[in-house]
Formats: sequence, C-alpha cells, structure tokens
Amino acid sequence: MEPFTCFTAVAAPMDQDNIDTDQILPARHLMMPRDERYGGYVFKDLRLDNDGNEIETFVLNKAGFRESRIIVAGHNFGCGSSREGAVFTLVDAGFRAIIATSFGDIFYNNSFNNGLLPVTLPDETVLKLRQQLREGPRAEISVDLEAQTVTGPDQAVYHFEIDAHRRHRLLNGLDAVGYTLQHEHEITKFEERYSASTPWEASAKVS
Amino acid sequence: MGSARSLFEKIWDSHTITTNEAGQTLLFIDRHFCHELSFHAFNMLHGNDRRVRHPERTFAIPDHYTPTTGLNNSDYVDEDTRALVANLVNNAKRNEINLFDLDDERRGIIHVVGPEQGITQPGMIVVCGDSHTSTHGALGALAFGIGASDVSHVLATQTLWQPKPKSMRVNVTGSRPAGVTAKDVILAIIGHIGAAGGTGHAIEYAGQAIQELTVEERLTVCNMSIEAGARAGMIAPDETTYRYLRGRPYAPGEEDWSAAEDYWRSLTSDDDAEFDNEATLAAKDIQPMVTWGTSPEDVLPVCSSLPDPQAEIDPKRQAAMQRKMEYMGLHAGQAIEDIKVDRVFIGSCTNSRIEDLRDAARVLEGRTARIPAIIVPGSGLIRAQAEQEGLHKVFEAAGVDWRPEAGCSMCIGVNGDFVESQERCASTSNRNFEGRQGRGARTHLVSPAMAAAAAVTGHFTDVREMETP
Ligand code: SF4
Repeated sequence: MEPFTCFTAVAAPMDQDNIDTDQILPARHLMMPRDERYGGYVFKDLRLDNDGNEIETFVLNKAGFRESRIIVAGHNFGCGSSREGAVFTLVDAGFRAIIATSFGDIFYNNSFNNGLLPVTLPDETVLKLRQQLREGPRAEISVDLEAQTVTGPDQAVYHFEIDAHRRHRLLNGLDAVGYTLQHEHEITKFEERYSASTPWEASAKVS
Repeated sequence: MGSARSLFEKIWDSHTITTNEAGQTLLFIDRHFCHELSFHAFNMLHGNDRRVRHPERTFAIPDHYTPTTGLNNSDYVDEDTRALVANLVNNAKRNEINLFDLDDERRGIIHVVGPEQGITQPGMIVVCGDSHTSTHGALGALAFGIGASDVSHVLATQTLWQPKPKSMRVNVTGSRPAGVTAKDVILAIIGHIGAAGGTGHAIEYAGQAIQELTVEERLTVCNMSIEAGARAGMIAPDETTYRYLRGRPYAPGEEDWSAAEDYWRSLTSDDDAEFDNEATLAAKDIQPMVTWGTSPEDVLPVCSSLPDPQAEIDPKRQAAMQRKMEYMGLHAGQAIEDIKVDRVFIGSCTNSRIEDLRDAARVLEGRTARIPAIIVPGSGLIRAQAEQEGLHKVFEAAGVDWRPEAGCSMCIGVNGDFVESQERCASTSNRNFEGRQGRGARTHLVSPAMAAAAAVTGHFTDVREMETP
C-alpha cells in the first residue's frame, strides 16, 4: 500500500448526498481480479449512458473536473454495500482523498486499507469548498495527513480529526495483518481463556 | 459512568483482546462467513503466504452468483460467474474451512443459513464481507460487514481492529397492528431515523413490538440496520431465541445447553444501561410500507401519495427529490396505489425465510399473478420445507415462477436474474439504490405480502384491503 503524507490535486464537487457504493462501482463489475483494472469503472452508471456515451451533466465529465483526484461530497458518502471494489475503483482512477461531512462506516474503514484518505469536515466547510470548486474549475485542494489539514483553493486551512492508529498505518503504508501479528501472544492467551469460559462455542465443526 | 452495560457493551468487552494507544480495540471473531467475492481476501492471504488461523470458525457458502434455475453449466449466466463460484469452493477446500457446497441442501444465502444452522448464537461476534451481516444480530450477536482487506485479516488472525461504535436504542412500543409485517416495522424505523440515522452506531432494537417478533421476523429487522446507516443491529436474546436455537445442527448440544443458556441470559442490557442515542416509535402507527425513491428512507405507507418537491424549502433536498422521481419515473402527488408494477421479486436475505414464503402464499392462494413474479427461497432447506407444506403448488397455480435453487438472485442482479432498465419491480430485498437490481431498474421495497398483492393486481395494493378471492 502506498503511504499517504500530503496530496495536492484538482478537486471535484459532488453535491448529491448518500452516494452509495453501487453508484461508485456497479455490482456488475465486482468479479474482476485485483490488478489495477478497476479505474475505468469508477462511477460508471453516473458517467456513461447505456450506449457508453458520456453523460454531460456528471461533474467528472465536465471540463475543468476531468483531471480531478480529490472529491468533495456531501453526507454519507460510500454508504451501502461492503464492496471494497468501491475503494479499488477510486484508487485505481487516481483518487487519493474524499472530503465529506460523513461516510458509510464500511467504506470509511476500507479506504484506509487501500491508501485512500476519507476526510470528515463540518457541513459549512464542505459547502464552501464545493462552492469554490464550482466557481473556479481546476482549483486545487491539498490534504496533509501529517498535519491533519485541508487547504482550500483560497488557501484557507481547515483542521480535521482522524484516529491515530489509522493515521499511523496510512502514513507508513503498513499492512494491518503484520501489525496485528505483533500481538500474537495476546491473541493466543485470549483464545485459551475464551474457549475455557465458553466451551460450547469453540466446537463449530459438526461435519 | 456506572457499571450498567448494554448488550452491545457486554459482547464488546468479552471479545476484547487488547486496546491500542489510538483507542482501537482488537476483537476476537467467533464466526466468519465467506462468499464468492471473498476471492480478493483469499488472494491477499495466499499472496502473503498466510494460513487461515481458525478454519473451524470459518464458513464458505456460495450465494451471490449461483443460478436459481438449476445447477447445470447452462444455468450460469456466463463462464466467469461459474468460475467465480468454483473459485470459492476451491479456496474453501484448500484452506479446509467449512463449506456448504453447491449441491448441499443446507446451502443458501449466508444470512439465512447462519441462523438456520445455529452457527450464529447469542453473544458472538460474527463478520462477513457483506454489509447485511447485521442480520445475525437478531439472535443477540454483534454482527457486522467488513471489506475484503478485513476479510483477509480475519482469515489470518481471527481478529479485527475496530474503533468502538456508539450505541443507539430504537424502541418500538406497543403491539403492531394486524397486517403489518416485520419489513414494515424496519422500513418505518428507517423512514423515522433516516438512511444515515444510525451511522457510527450499533443499534439495539427493543420494546414490546420487537419482543413479540419471531426470530425469522427479527432477522428481517436486523437485516436492514445497514440501510439506516448502522454498523450493526441487535436484539437481546430471550425465550424466543433459545427455543429457535435448541436442536439446530451447530447450536450447543444438550451437554452444553444449560451452561450456554445461563451465559446468554446474562447478556441483556442492564436496566440503567446508557445509550448514546435513542429513538422511539409507536407500533400502532405503522402501516404496510412502500419505498418510492432511491434511498431506503424514501418510504411511505401504501395508502399515501408521493411528496411534492416544490413544497420542499431546502433547494438541495428539492433537487435530490426531483432527481429521484425522474429516475423512478414518478411524479409529485401520485398515489402509491396508482403506481403500476412490471415485475415482482420475493426473496433475498431480508425476506426469503419460510414465514415470508407463507405470507406470500396466503395472498396468492386462489389468485393469479398478472405480472411476472419470481420467488427464490433463502436456502435449500427452506425450499424443501415450502414444498413439504405445498406452498410451491400455490405459487405455481398463481403463475408465479418458483425457483429451485436458493441464492441472492434479483436482489443484486449478478447471477442473471435482473430487472430491465426502466422496469418497475416490487421487491422484498433491502436496497432500492439506482441500478441495484440491474442498470436503470426501478426498485420499490415492500414486504412479501405486499409484493404478492402487487403481483395479483399489477399495482401497489394495501394487502389488508384485498377481498377474499
Ligand atoms: S440477498 Fe442481497 S443483500 Fe442479501 S447478501 Fe445477497 S446480495 Fe446481499
């Protein structure tokens, strides 16, 4: 996983709330192996019509937003299914950060496993950023994970919160399993204690 | 903070291995289910030369891509799909995890099979690479969906790092009126708290109307917790739960039963347990519900009319509403009962259990479907039970397509059962997102009885008002 420190890119405003994972990556494209082929499917049904022609009104098809690598959305971005493909497709298409007022929980969690940074900012900040982006296409936003700041097109700086564990893993591009296995001893001890206290529970296998 | 704890906190505490500086908890996972899309996770596992830590706690059940018409090669929608299913079977065998293979009568939708087999039990933490894992919370478990990287993490370590969710209690007071189903209850809850109302929370459903539900009905309620944005949904175990579990193949045997039951009894939320958030609905106000938009919160009682976007003051909400109506091919003020339906789907992890099929059969008995309708059982055992009860005869006589093989089917539309663009489907599934049942598909979420009623009349119909055939 690629470490994330600071990222600056053109950003696109998406005004719709509740952009679900089916819109980010339709279920028809979930079967693909994970080898960087997901990028072409990002927001497929919002981007292209039935005949494969671009839908003009969709923000990423508009001049000035085509090269966006950051999205500024509304509430509940990435709600819906647990498909990590929704994160794969964003990452493969070059997106490294999503700014929103809230995220679907599973999507939020999946993002950190793939080097995508979900940034939560208050409603008025997000509205203001989207406004600025609409007024000045090709405007850039910077996301600094080390400093935990977002810098808007007008150079205004906003602080964001993020839990230290996720931040650490993302900054260093760490694999979660490797980190967990440092606790191997505790896991084993837990298992011994646990199966002694709930003996009926450990014997899952009947066939 | 006192020592009073909620069901959620008790399960959380009993599974805590350690907590790190950032406040994340390393949780032990009791049961882990894998389906076809877990292939990413197996690839990650094998790519890092890791092994499944607890194969005996891991269950592989193909359900998303399996055909419902039969199991011959020609029943698969294409070769890729068949390969994907075969891949899960291979991964299960290679890692020696529990497998309910294609021809196994126990096979079906994971969230139907886990409870049905007694694999899911009170007090457990259950995960699966699928958001509707919340279903299993109906038995008093903490159950939630995870992404592929986390699936791989659970395979390798049987643990997960999690920030502690906030807790929420949703009370449904009083008894629900006749003709109102568990599906209507959860749709009403989502309408009340909103599609993001539970974000970051584990919901405990409580109150008389919840306690009065059967386990099958509780599964329907907990299933759609994710549609309210919640991480998990759960219901405290009680006599109904114990009666349901006793004697199921994977439930504790008679020698362990009383120890297990004693433990489960200790799990209910203490009287003075505190919740970060609370919501209350009166069951008597709930009616048969129909969603009209593309978010599960866009839901109304069947006897009402669509809202008027013009009446909405917030311009953003107004635009969103307009967009939804356009996608759904509906207009402001339209009566829900006037909406014509093209197709009916009864199935999915929300509503494919035996009680759902009986509900549908009660409506279809002696009547004929005017529009194409398919019914897909949630597991092979449910199919067998339904056929033993003769429900299939009712379905066939009504001209409904009763499918022989269990699976997700038209809920997600990836196995060849899908809704055509601009077609309107009355569906007992859980998501009405744009394109969920097929590109351009228009999904209305309803209960099995309401879906059956729509099949008979060709439009949404209050099932309580239908005259005897
Ligand atoms: S039935 Fe639908 S919601 Fe349930 S697991 Fe299958 S695809 Fe997901």
